[in-house]
Amino acid sequence: MPLQSTMIELSRHIVRTLLGIKWALLALALLLAFNAIFTDNFFEIRFQDGHLYGTLIDILNHGSKVAIVAVGMTLVIATAGVDLSVGAIVAISGAVAASLLVERGAPWYVAIVAALVTSLALGLWNGALVVWLRLQPIVATLILMVAGRGVAQLITDGRIITFEDSHLAWFGNGALFALPVPVTMLALVAGVGALLTRRTALGMFIESVGDNEQASRLAGVPDRAVKLFVYTFCGLCAGIAGIIECSYIKAADANNAGQLLELDAILAVVIGGTSLMGGRFFILGSIVGALLMQALTKTLYMLDVSADIAPAPKAIAVVLVCLLQSPAGRELIARWRSRRRGGSA
Amino acid sequence: MAQQEKGGQRMRLPIGRRDIPLIATAIVLAGVYLFGVLTYEHFASWAVVRNLLVDNAFLGIAAVGATFVIISGGIDLSVGSVMAFAGILIAKLVEHAGVHPLAAILIALMAGVLFGTTQGLLIWVFRLPPFLVTLAGLFFMRGAAFVVHSQSIGVRHEFVATTLNETLSLRLPLGSRGIVLPVTVFILLATFAIAWFVLRHVRFGRTVYALGDDAQASALMGLPVGRATVQVYAVSGFLSALAGVVFMLYQQSGDPASCKGLELDAIAAVVIGGTLLTGGIGSVIGTLLGVLILGLIQTLITFQGDLSSWWTRIVAGVLVLLFLVLQRALDALAVSALNTSEES
Amino acid sequence: MSAPPIEPRLDAPALLKAECMSKRFGPVQALDRVDFELRAGEVHALMGENGAGKSTLIKCLTGVHRPDSGRIYRGGRAIAPASPRQAEREGISTVYQEVNLIPHLSIAENIALGREPTKWGRICWGQVRRRAQSALDRLGLGIDVSRELSSCSIAIQQLVAIARALDVDARVLILDEPTSSLDRSEVARLFDVMQRLRGQGLGILFVTHFLDQVYAISDRISVLRDGRLVGVHAASELPRQELVSLMVGRELDLVEPVRSEVDSTRDAEPVLCARALSRRGSIEHADIQVASGETVGLAGLLGSGRTETARLLFGVEQFERGELLIGGHSVHFRTPRQAIRMGLAMTPENRKDHGIIPSLSVRENIELALRARGRSRLTGAQRRALAERFIRMLNIRTPTPETPVSSLSGGNQQKVLLARWLATEPRVLILDEPTRGIDVAAKAEILREIDELRRQGMAIIFISSELEEVVKACGRVVVLRDRRTVAELTGERITEQSVLHAIAEHHD
Repeated sequence: MPLQSTMIELSRHIVRTLLGIKWALLALALLLAFNAIFTDNFFEIRFQDGHLYGTLIDILNHGSKVAIVAVGMTLVIATAGVDLSVGAIVAISGAVAASLLVERGAPWYVAIVAALVTSLALGLWNGALVVWLRLQPIVATLILMVAGRGVAQLITDGRIITFEDSHLAWFGNGALFALPVPVTMLALVAGVGALLTRRTALGMFIESVGDNEQASRLAGVPDRAVKLFVYTFCGLCAGIAGIIECSYIKAADANNAGQLLELDAILAVVIGGTSLMGGRFFILGSIVGALLMQALTKTLYMLDVSADIAPAPKAIAVVLVCLLQSPAGRELIARWRSRRRGGSA
Repeated sequence: MAQQEKGGQRMRLPIGRRDIPLIATAIVLAGVYLFGVLTYEHFASWAVVRNLLVDNAFLGIAAVGATFVIISGGIDLSVGSVMAFAGILIAKLVEHAGVHPLAAILIALMAGVLFGTTQGLLIWVFRLPPFLVTLAGLFFMRGAAFVVHSQSIGVRHEFVATTLNETLSLRLPLGSRGIVLPVTVFILLATFAIAWFVLRHVRFGRTVYALGDDAQASALMGLPVGRATVQVYAVSGFLSALAGVVFMLYQQSGDPASCKGLELDAIAAVVIGGTLLTGGIGSVIGTLLGVLILGLIQTLITFQGDLSSWWTRIVAGVLVLLFLVLQRALDALAVSALNTSEES
Repeated sequence: MSAPPIEPRLDAPALLKAECMSKRFGPVQALDRVDFELRAGEVHALMGENGAGKSTLIKCLTGVHRPDSGRIYRGGRAIAPASPRQAEREGISTVYQEVNLIPHLSIAENIALGREPTKWGRICWGQVRRRAQSALDRLGLGIDVSRELSSCSIAIQQLVAIARALDVDARVLILDEPTSSLDRSEVARLFDVMQRLRGQGLGILFVTHFLDQVYAISDRISVLRDGRLVGVHAASELPRQELVSLMVGRELDLVEPVRSEVDSTRDAEPVLCARALSRRGSIEHADIQVASGETVGLAGLLGSGRTETARLLFGVEQFERGELLIGGHSVHFRTPRQAIRMGLAMTPENRKDHGIIPSLSVRENIELALRARGRSRLTGAQRRALAERFIRMLNIRTPTPETPVSSLSGGNQQKVLLARWLATEPRVLILDEPTRGIDVAAKAEILREIDELRRQGMAIIFISSELEEVVKACGRVVVLRDRRTVAELTGERITEQSVLHAIAEHHD
């Protein structure tokens, strides 16, 4: 009986999520259909040496980094906030891990734990500015956005630190359960996020704070603790993404690591159906959004669009999805529909 | 009832509470300069002042645009990309299409206005958050810059090299060898002067302040809120493009990969200059001081020699935080001052 | 509508006249054939309780709403303002309760903003200042116009708003609750200005909830109730008692004989006891105590401080002076969370902004406070059962427990809020206007439920602007007027008559 009702709840949640992200799903479907026609071997997946290979796996693999950050960003945005500093945290996390490993000769696990603890602390710092100094989230996280990359360069002393440690490199290049490690990490982060927010009251608190902060406080919801948590969690997610990024290229590049990542993550969340005004959030939607962005990028590459130009069409796609989701856009669609219905009647 | 008259003689707040951030900025600037003069031998020279202006002209112009947007309660993250786009567009038109530099500059400026207006319309008509629209704008213009040309193009047109960069520069008999101020410095100073006048003495400028202070009240007072919003982003687009032009003149080349993250420097300069990120309060004079502070820190780091350039960003971040805390503290002070004055 | 006798000097021509104004919003007839007349040189008070139609009438007069029917005449000429700006051009200016000015601009600029005189595009600041100065002089306000608006008290800001309104050559000035955030001396100053303007031949339409103020300044009073005009009287000829009963609308025949079984357990130890609570700008003096098994009513007109008292008790705002005892312990809540942990619960007056979380489901809205308190370790199934139990118990009409609460009717949303708090099994339940905007059947259900809770031993504080309900439901009634507790009635002494009397009573 409890299992059955849990299943019912879960399926209800999935249906709601799917409805919330119908535009993103539609775009993804269109993109896949486009590729099915115009790109050779797009859907081919091979199994070799315990690894899965193929374009789709590639998209999953490269989209994981943004998707992991997007999971954290989803919770922040659900409280009607935003975190602009994730790119900087990615750079710092990678810098901490690589410099400890190479310069201090620390074991790989110490490097990783230190990087994660650092990101956690930076997230907490953001949350503290929002909660105690009552800065607007954009403003509060802007500080770290401005200073963070400088801090990362301070840690690496302005150099690109390369390493050969196979353990650390595994996080970006290895495979676990036949899938690339970043994908497994994504599954792990998403799972933890989903567990925390759906199996405990936390998800409800996050939604209620983002939806109606005053009413939440009147109902006794610990709004400050909730906000501290989401920024800290987001920092941690960025830290994990930072380890994956530096592990993938086997180097910490303070200047370019996580560059423009905050944009990708925020856009993934918005495409995923979570409103920037806060409230209902869709972790799964954000992941779909991140993968959609990655699929778009991949498609553009396959069309011989250079990596430098790719941001332009991505920006257009994002603005279109946002317009469709905006109240004015929805009204427009409704009017267009009713006119068409009126015309056919 | 004996208190009936108290409203008329209510205690006045200390004059110029709003000026405190600006004064603080000026003190920081003076302090940084003094530190440089006392620490390094050749710091107190006209050459340093000249370089400060020349090296930061493009940042200053971009920061003026950011000042408009931030006072109106918005934010523009597309600045750096628009600059790169303007630079590469001019370089391409001049070097590859044979367009006269003046015409090319005009086209780039118009493109900036057009792009800014589009952002403003998306923000106003569809009520999308400014940071989201300009974030997408950042992506878009960066990509567009690479569409124009994927590599840096040197601008060797005679008009740019001689007329703009030499004939129009001014030699001042300051210091031992005299200094040369290029045209970019005059563009910078003119931009500040005009922006100051518009924000201070023109209806549009006052509407920008009102809009950032209380958008709802502005609408109820019958101010043209929508038009002003679009205009603010158009101004920012124009000034970003102008900053791109100045950067092109400074580098004598256009580069689609240039000016990454410059919007952050511009925003930092604006905040350090005492402008409130929530809108409604601020001035371009403060922004000028903020730009000079950032520039001086950069100069100090160069003089020090063994410090790296990333310290600029760290110091900028710390300064931004300090100024935000200062503003919070002043606000709290003002509220309690108002309360005690009402109680007395 | 025959006008009662009027003071002689008010035989002035009508500045503004509205005939037979009607306006309907969906099922609600907000205005029903209302006539209104404002003369030159008079202060005309518009009175009525919540939902009486005051703001609808004002909005029709100022072009915010288009009336469904009716005509408006300005100085004998028919007008149909389509926007506040058009109304302004007809000489009708409005000043709202919240000051709608720009806080960080100077006083002078706030008066001139959007219509500054310019020369070659440059604003002539000298002219701006001179005009502002003369506008303030006209109000008898000697204040430096270059001061920043936010450095002035709310009262001064209100006067600046009036100056801005008059700057467009207004003949009709509408003041919509201008005094609700002013203290006594500030009100006196505003009245000075109003008198001065009256002397200059302006017509002033004045909305307020404070009876003393109405009698201090108004020449005539129009009373609205349920969208209908129920009387126009010269202020000097309308006793307070009568004004209050016109506003509240006694329908004595509907009231059943006073409850037989509601007994007040006076001797019981109070669960909640508040002594002389005060907070500047909100409450001047509130005394209230409630024991378990008792329902105490808070009565008073709108703006008398009922809601503010509830907010102080629940820790939404902090009291500055006074003492609050819960179960004998002195407490000073800094957040509602602390109040909840001590066993308090409150359903707020503003259900939409302070109560429901619209996008959450009915079940989640019910669970919210219980889970936020954090002591319960209920499984998902248990929580669903809990929600379903309350849905059945309070007869909440919802398709499923998973329906978003925003799609429920007002009455059912109110029941959801009630369920949210009942789930926490509170010792003290504060209900602020639990029956507002709810249909009759749901109202009765909620009242029955409240009495059942009392019987089970809960201590209940009940706030309602409907006297009939207060009288029926409460064993004791605390009456508030002008932000102070002014009377406490018990047992047999609670009748609509006596409560009305306490509300209207006049002290000097």
